[in-house]
Amino acid sequence: MVVTTSWYLALAAVLFSMGAVGLLTRRNPLIMIMCVELMLNAVNLTFVSLGAELGDLGGQLSVFFVLVVAASEVVVGLAVVVAIMRRRQGATVDDLSVLRG
Amino acid sequence: MPPVVTPEVIWWALVPLLVLSAGGFLLLTIASLVRRLPDALPQAWTVITGLVVLVATIPMWDRVQSDGPRSFLGGTVAVDGSTVLVTAILAIAVVATALLARPYLEREDLPGVELYVLLLLSAAGGVVMASADDLIVLFLGLEILSIAAYVMAALHLRRIESQEAALKYFVLGAFASAFLLYGMALIYGATGSTRMARISGYLASTVLVQDGMLLAGIALLLVGLAFKVAAVPFHAWTPDVYQGAPSPVVAWMAAGVKTAGFAAMLRVLVVTLGTHASDWGPAVAVLAAASMVVGAWVAVLQTDVKRMLAYSSIAHAGFILLGIQAASGRGTAAVYVYLFVYTLLATGSFAVITTVGGRGDAAHGLDSYRGLARRQPLLAGAFTVLLLGQAGIPFTGGFVAKLGVLAAAVEGRTYWVAIVAMAAAAVAAFVYLRILVAMYLEDPEPDTAERIEVPPGTMVVIGVACAGVLLIGLVPGLLLDIAADAIPVLVGG
Repeated sequence: MVVTTSWYLALAAVLFSMGAVGLLTRRNPLIMIMCVELMLNAVNLTFVSLGAELGDLGGQLSVFFVLVVAASEVVVGLAVVVAIMRRRQGATVDDLSVLRG
Repeated sequence: MPPVVTPEVIWWALVPLLVLSAGGFLLLTIASLVRRLPDALPQAWTVITGLVVLVATIPMWDRVQSDGPRSFLGGTVAVDGSTVLVTAILAIAVVATALLARPYLEREDLPGVELYVLLLLSAAGGVVMASADDLIVLFLGLEILSIAAYVMAALHLRRIESQEAALKYFVLGAFASAFLLYGMALIYGATGSTRMARISGYLASTVLVQDGMLLAGIALLLVGLAFKVAAVPFHAWTPDVYQGAPSPVVAWMAAGVKTAGFAAMLRVLVVTLGTHASDWGPAVAVLAAASMVVGAWVAVLQTDVKRMLAYSSIAHAGFILLGIQAASGRGTAAVYVYLFVYTLLATGSFAVITTVGGRGDAAHGLDSYRGLARRQPLLAGAFTVLLLGQAGIPFTGGFVAKLGVLAAAVEGRTYWVAIVAMAAAAVAAFVYLRILVAMYLEDPEPDTAERIEVPPGTMVVIGVACAGVLLIGLVPGLLLDIAADAIPVLVGG
């Protein structure tokens, strides 16, 4: 059995959907941040496999940029979560519902 | 050893980006080294940086108009009329936000320079987006803009609303970024490049037999961008974030972040993927119609003025999308006019809201505006001009802006959206009317009799916004000419 590029693309699509569904259904902010990471890494896998398929370095190069962005995004996300946890221990997203209209 | 070939750099085109980021980093460094900064320094620094960028765009504009658009840094960054115009709009938004920020920070007792630093860096990200000639550069610019904005939303340490707004903004913003990036990856797979010029060249010269990957990429890209500019049905975060975030930050979100988002949308959809306008055009038209209807309709039901303006910003996003779905030069020019006018309207309106909000940034209910005309006729008068501008009443800039996008939609023969737009504009006018009625016809609450102090910086923002909106309404020619010359072009490859 030959593993072609489309297998990798399908795997990436599955991972991306898992991340997206997880983000929308889970209520723990830490797990939501993990889901964002999963989505971004699924995109990385897509970039790498497409770059290999096209024989183009651009795809691999893009991954470095995405990695940096993902890292800084998580730093900010965790900082916000820490700021909230200081005020409310063990908060889930459902506890944060001051804003209504 | 052969010499290393470095890419060509056009330094004059990078001046706004360098000034904004150097301004941000220097301010941060100075603030951490000097024990006690003079109180006025951070604000003055930010305002001067913004004004330097604004002044720098004037010679840049002349140069771009005489030499034509240029692409540099290996074809990843470009400078054209749209880059310069969007940079100027962002600079105006930076100056206005900085002027609003200091009285707010003093009132709420929030020391520190973080807001100014983040504002400058966020604006630098916006400039990167406006000059991106490569999808990855566009993504980087968007993230620089957004990550700074997430932190700005969380800036009020003592209000849980501010933190909640930041978390919601962060989670949905990151979600949207991932969609956008996935779309970029698929477009890269379908066309073989992330350079916008190569993508559009490839699509113009090649007929794709299997265009599933390209279409999926466009769809994901559209979802990501629609989240960023808050178009229905991807708008759910907007009212909560606008209500919870500090009011000056909301001014930046409404003016700066939105402008950069739409500039990116124009670069990607209209310019790069213009050959496939028949694929994304109808989808954008549906987004536009849904945004206008839902934005105007739900705004009527709100009792919090900040939330009202959040929904009205969603309706405005719908109108701007009306110009984008036309996928024509006229539509693009109309979008730039709208963005310029909306920047003035949004910064002015949120300046009034910041002031009326009072200590604790909480008095945003319609009650706080009751009888404002009797207590402070000048402030109420200025707010009236801005609200009428948002409603698109003739002789204000809002009318010129709305007329432009409607004309573009009619010219593009998408009559149904144009009709929906006119109905939505009528409904939206009712929202602004409600605030006006509260200000002019109702008696003030007995306990809100105290005078609201309008700080001088805020007064400047409100005054300039009102004057600009009226001026554009009376003599629209200059802005229309500039916008017509600012249509983005792809060069390089």
